[in-house]
Amino acid sequence: MMRLPSLQWAAPRTLTELTTRLAADPASTKLLAGGTDLIPNLKRRHQHARQLLWIGKISELQGIQPEASGEVSLGASTTLTAITRSDHLRRHYPGLVRAVASISSPVLRNMGTIGGNLCLDTRCTYYNQSEEWRRSIDYCLKEAGDTCWVAPGSPRCWAISASDSAPLLAAIGAKVSLHSVAGEREIDVEKLFVDDGIQYLAKRPDEVLTRIRLPAVSHSRSTYWKLRRRHSIDFPVLGVGAMVASDGGGRITAARVFLGAVASAPLSVDTSALLGQLPTEELVHTVAERARDLATPLDNTDFTLQWRRRMVHSYVDGALRELCGLPAKVVAPREGRFAIEV
Amino acid sequence: MNADSVTGSFVLNGERKTVAYPEHHTLLEVLREECGLPGTKHGCELGECGTCTVLIEGVPVLSCLVLARQCEDQAIETVEGLESAEGLHPLQVAFADLGAAQCGYCTPGILVTAKALLAANASPTSAEIDEALSGNLCRCTGYRKITEAVDLAAARLRGEDRALPSLSELCGHPHGDHSHE
Amino acid sequence: MSEKPTPKGAMIGTSFRRVDAVAKVTGRTRFADDLNLPRQVHMKLVRSPHPYARIRSIDLAAAKALPGVVGFLTGKDVPEPFGILPVSQDEHALCQDVVRFVGDPVVAVAALTEDQAEEAARLVKVDYEPLETVGSIEEGLLPTSAPLHGHADEGNIHKKITMQFGDVEAGLREADLVLEDVMFYEGNTHLPMEQHASLAVPEGDGRIGIWSSTQTPHYLHRALTKVLGLPASRIRVVAQPNGGGFGGKSDPFHHEICAAKMALNLRRPVKICLTREEVFFCHRGRHPTLMHLRTGFKKDGTITAQHLKTMLDGGGYGSYGVASTYYTGALQCVTYDVPRYRFDGARIFTNKPPCGPKRGHGTPQPRFALEVQLDKAAVALGIDPAELRLKQVQPAGAITANWLKVGSIGLKECIDRVVAGSAWKERRGRLPFGHGLGIACGAYLCGAGLPIYWNHLPHSGVQIKLDRSGGVAVFCGETEIGQGSDSILAACVAEILGIALEDIRLCVADTDLTPVDLGSYSSRVTLMMGNAAIQAAERARDLIAKAVAEEMKLPTTRLVFADRRVFDAENPGVGKSFAEAVQVAEARFGTLGTTGSYTPPRSPGKYRGAGVGPSPAYSYSAAVIEVKVDPETGIVEVPTVWIAHDIGRSLNPTLVVGQVEGSVYMGLGEALMEESAFRRLPKSRSRALVHKFPSMLEYKSPTFVDMPKVVTYLVEDPDPNGPFGAKEVGQGPLLPIMPALCNAIYDAVGVRVDQVPVQPHMILKALEDKRRGGVGRFGPKSFPKLDYGTPLMVPTPKEGGDGRAVNAEEIGIKGGTMTDRPAARTSP
Repeated sequence: MMRLPSLQWAAPRTLTELTTRLAADPASTKLLAGGTDLIPNLKRRHQHARQLLWIGKISELQGIQPEASGEVSLGASTTLTAITRSDHLRRHYPGLVRAVASISSPVLRNMGTIGGNLCLDTRCTYYNQSEEWRRSIDYCLKEAGDTCWVAPGSPRCWAISASDSAPLLAAIGAKVSLHSVAGEREIDVEKLFVDDGIQYLAKRPDEVLTRIRLPAVSHSRSTYWKLRRRHSIDFPVLGVGAMVASDGGGRITAARVFLGAVASAPLSVDTSALLGQLPTEELVHTVAERARDLATPLDNTDFTLQWRRRMVHSYVDGALRELCGLPAKVVAPREGRFAIEV
Repeated sequence: MNADSVTGSFVLNGERKTVAYPEHHTLLEVLREECGLPGTKHGCELGECGTCTVLIEGVPVLSCLVLARQCEDQAIETVEGLESAEGLHPLQVAFADLGAAQCGYCTPGILVTAKALLAANASPTSAEIDEALSGNLCRCTGYRKITEAVDLAAARLRGEDRALPSLSELCGHPHGDHSHE
Repeated sequence: MSEKPTPKGAMIGTSFRRVDAVAKVTGRTRFADDLNLPRQVHMKLVRSPHPYARIRSIDLAAAKALPGVVGFLTGKDVPEPFGILPVSQDEHALCQDVVRFVGDPVVAVAALTEDQAEEAARLVKVDYEPLETVGSIEEGLLPTSAPLHGHADEGNIHKKITMQFGDVEAGLREADLVLEDVMFYEGNTHLPMEQHASLAVPEGDGRIGIWSSTQTPHYLHRALTKVLGLPASRIRVVAQPNGGGFGGKSDPFHHEICAAKMALNLRRPVKICLTREEVFFCHRGRHPTLMHLRTGFKKDGTITAQHLKTMLDGGGYGSYGVASTYYTGALQCVTYDVPRYRFDGARIFTNKPPCGPKRGHGTPQPRFALEVQLDKAAVALGIDPAELRLKQVQPAGAITANWLKVGSIGLKECIDRVVAGSAWKERRGRLPFGHGLGIACGAYLCGAGLPIYWNHLPHSGVQIKLDRSGGVAVFCGETEIGQGSDSILAACVAEILGIALEDIRLCVADTDLTPVDLGSYSSRVTLMMGNAAIQAAERARDLIAKAVAEEMKLPTTRLVFADRRVFDAENPGVGKSFAEAVQVAEARFGTLGTTGSYTPPRSPGKYRGAGVGPSPAYSYSAAVIEVKVDPETGIVEVPTVWIAHDIGRSLNPTLVVGQVEGSVYMGLGEALMEESAFRRLPKSRSRALVHKFPSMLEYKSPTFVDMPKVVTYLVEDPDPNGPFGAKEVGQGPLLPIMPALCNAIYDAVGVRVDQVPVQPHMILKALEDKRRGGVGRFGPKSFPKLDYGTPLMVPTPKEGGDGRAVNAEEIGIKGGTMTDRPAARTSP
């Protein structure tokens, strides 16, 4: 049986207690939420902690709260299942529900949290391996080694941002609150991420991601297209989070597309071609081409990278066609649809 | 033996259980090694296969990813809790009769997950059963018999007098397709 | 169901509940890792991080200093080699001086807790001198590659085989169409849900017992005897129910031998349960296989001759590899009449975990090549692929060109069923672009005709003990791995004695207590154990009948055993309960016990190599698969599979359908996603040659929502050699799946993918190739050059041969073969 290393465990009751304890030793403390990412990483010894602070008992981090402004505040430790079952979110944020419903499997979603999915450690088939396996490759840049095996000539780590919620939340313009003993700050979700496999979050180690603020929705639609081998369990090898807003005449007033799983952070696609226009297949195609040129899939997850790159085009094209009401060209993924339909 | 032993208490299959265990041990380890309940199996200990699923407060979770310390005063149900003095749970009967357990190793995790599904949805379609169980891998059955068994148990729990499939239903009929229509 | 009436028993032919069903649904089944004993310690293996290296030194000091650590083993403690085949004794419980793949075990550590053992294992320091690795078939063929073992046929070519049955070149010249294809079948692994585990228990008086997740307790017993140097009678092996096997638990393993040795050394129980990654290192999975297939066809589609060449990537050790290599050529002629046949096979050592037997053992690869090529021939000749197959199905009782005796064969009916069920005739070739149907067939053994080591002993034995309680105890070495063998054993005995399953107690898979059964592999258990059980039960029935007939003053022929009674057929009210009948017999004869055993009939082939392929019977399957292929993305969806299986006689339809569906599942995994892929890093850096993703997450195994509808048809044509006419079902139905899928892709989008697993990019590449005026194919382009040597020439039955080679001495084969042995005496 693969086991955890010895460690201390505590369950703070309040946010203040949590940030205080975290500030005391941020380097060797990890926050434990659903555990679906952290526990395997600790068992495989590619993340390390002397102390776990379980955030499951802190009420400030919980709940789905619609605000009078039309915004919604999501507690970071809201489970992914709670999000897929929320009537309010299903009605107003179906794209988010679809993205969240595509995460792993139902039993994982019962445990995993939205904050945890945003803070998901970057992934790589050279990294998400046991201690013994990694010893056999002489480790890697992200943990204990000096080479990124994905791109050995490169000075950086190319591990992948594999969050399904991040590209969608970035596309709809959500914000996250970060708390520490020094105070609170709120940043755009897209600013939470840094395109570096090691330092992939702009969150400091002493900060806690507490809440996610969803903007009010009006005249906008969002969707999420996920590519993976199996229809359950798997992480994305490509995620397309997209939002399109139009005016009464059907002209596009805002369009945001973020790509997941093709870099160490969600990548923002240039959608300027669509702005102020009535949607056409040609315009959508243009954006899809820009997305393909932007993405740099590497050989550190499932499928060949050339095919994944091609799929960036197909899926961005498909997601935008869906949002713009244009006829479909490729078969839409099943992922995440189920939770909405039943 | 381990320096960092702690004592915890939870309600295990309806009975209060107080037990000492090393602080870093998962619920899976404590159930199997300290509580004498090896019915919960393990296939990876990394949250990738679904084998070790148990219910905490009625919700299916992977016991390999939960520290036992997180379970203080929680109600935990394992496969050993399905059978009662009244007999087998209808899911167990259906699994036994339809051959839904071959090697039986994934069965405990699947049974408790199915129990949680039926508690939330008394009349799931085959597609809903498949979706609910899609985090539980099985290498023997090809899944269809499991889906059929959950469907049969659901019908019986609803009070329907559903018989086992006849030989001709077993052969030549599309399995797992009853309620897609 | 079949139109042929089959006699219906009380038990046989009904969907009775498995005897282990309640234990399995209540969590009461005890798998090996569920066993614990007082004073037990935990063991971990330190495995090599290098693919190929010499061990310079081992430093245990830091690990020894850790609290709770109680013992170590290194190669010095287990110097005796072992291996499943007598010809490949090339493994050591711990490596002696060289490691041959990442994961090869070097040191065993025992500690009071598993936590401590794991930590201690990490502190063991081993100094290695890395060696030049062999990473592929092509590299292994290079004359410069340093041999991994001394026992290979040539360099790193572990085994070379070449044999010819009839004048193949003449046959090809007679053909109107000759197709030549190179195809590739990627390696994959069993991935049983249960990780291998063992508990070894010393018994104080110099005896040792091991409770283990093994499919082959008898072979483990032999390996332990050899390595531990103890008499077999002082070693006890008990196979706990396996949480899935699929061939992955058929070899004796390092951890089993180390646990036994450690327990003897420490004089206390030793437990080990492998991690999932270690299960990938144990492997023994499907050999990656390159194939070159050249077949001649007449205009009507009939085959004139076939020449198959295979090349297998064997990994670092022998395992079952010699048998696997033979199997890539053995069953090519049992489905269709191939009048002349040549087979050249080779297995190459590489620095990867050893390959071995996985469901279908060596036959899915050439079956894939054959069935895809038949599809190509049908297209080229303008014949319906189903018709092309139907017109050349082997007749029942045929002897193939390579001297295998076909028994019953329900293949035509299988094809008819899936053709009708899928509306093949109306839909094939007529569906819209992107939608398609494909057909393929398969055949498999019902047990190997010969054991793994040369002997004349029965392959399966059953012992029955009856007593005045009316309860019947049945003893057999068979191993339950999920396939339902316990249930078949109990049902066979219950059927003959006319009692209920509840009256039977089983004692199985225990080398101290049960007669030998060779194990759960090669789909042998139902047929061999079933026949042994029937024989033992019939002998028990005859004893009881004799005593009861004497007392009731009736001829024994009038007695009926049914409904837990023994009664007069002409006056059913007159009789005794089964328990009373046993008492009469016990009073008459003393304590009651009977035995039964089974030895397969001898095969007509007498040439070197004829030992691989013979079986008492062959099962047959046909499948039609429907696919949807998105030509923009190359993604394949499978909505429905229709499959028919020639089961001979279905002993329990629910169990049979379960095996069929499970085979379809595993076949789809192999066809679409499962692969044992490796990474190799630059020599100048880490030199790594590692399994790319030894995990349940990245080794893709289909989930509930990836599994299509399956329509199963059971074709019943009782086989005279089968118990109650039954044949196997655990492996055969997997065989048609991979080729049927590729044939369906061709029907859907008009391109060929000549390898599995089929990945979306392969379909897109083939489509692109077609758009550019190519043939529209993705697959291997060439087959490596290798001189397989002078073939063993064996005239076919049609040529008047006698099953012997005509040039054995010329090419240097000395001595007899296993199939040439004198007949074994039948048991009294």
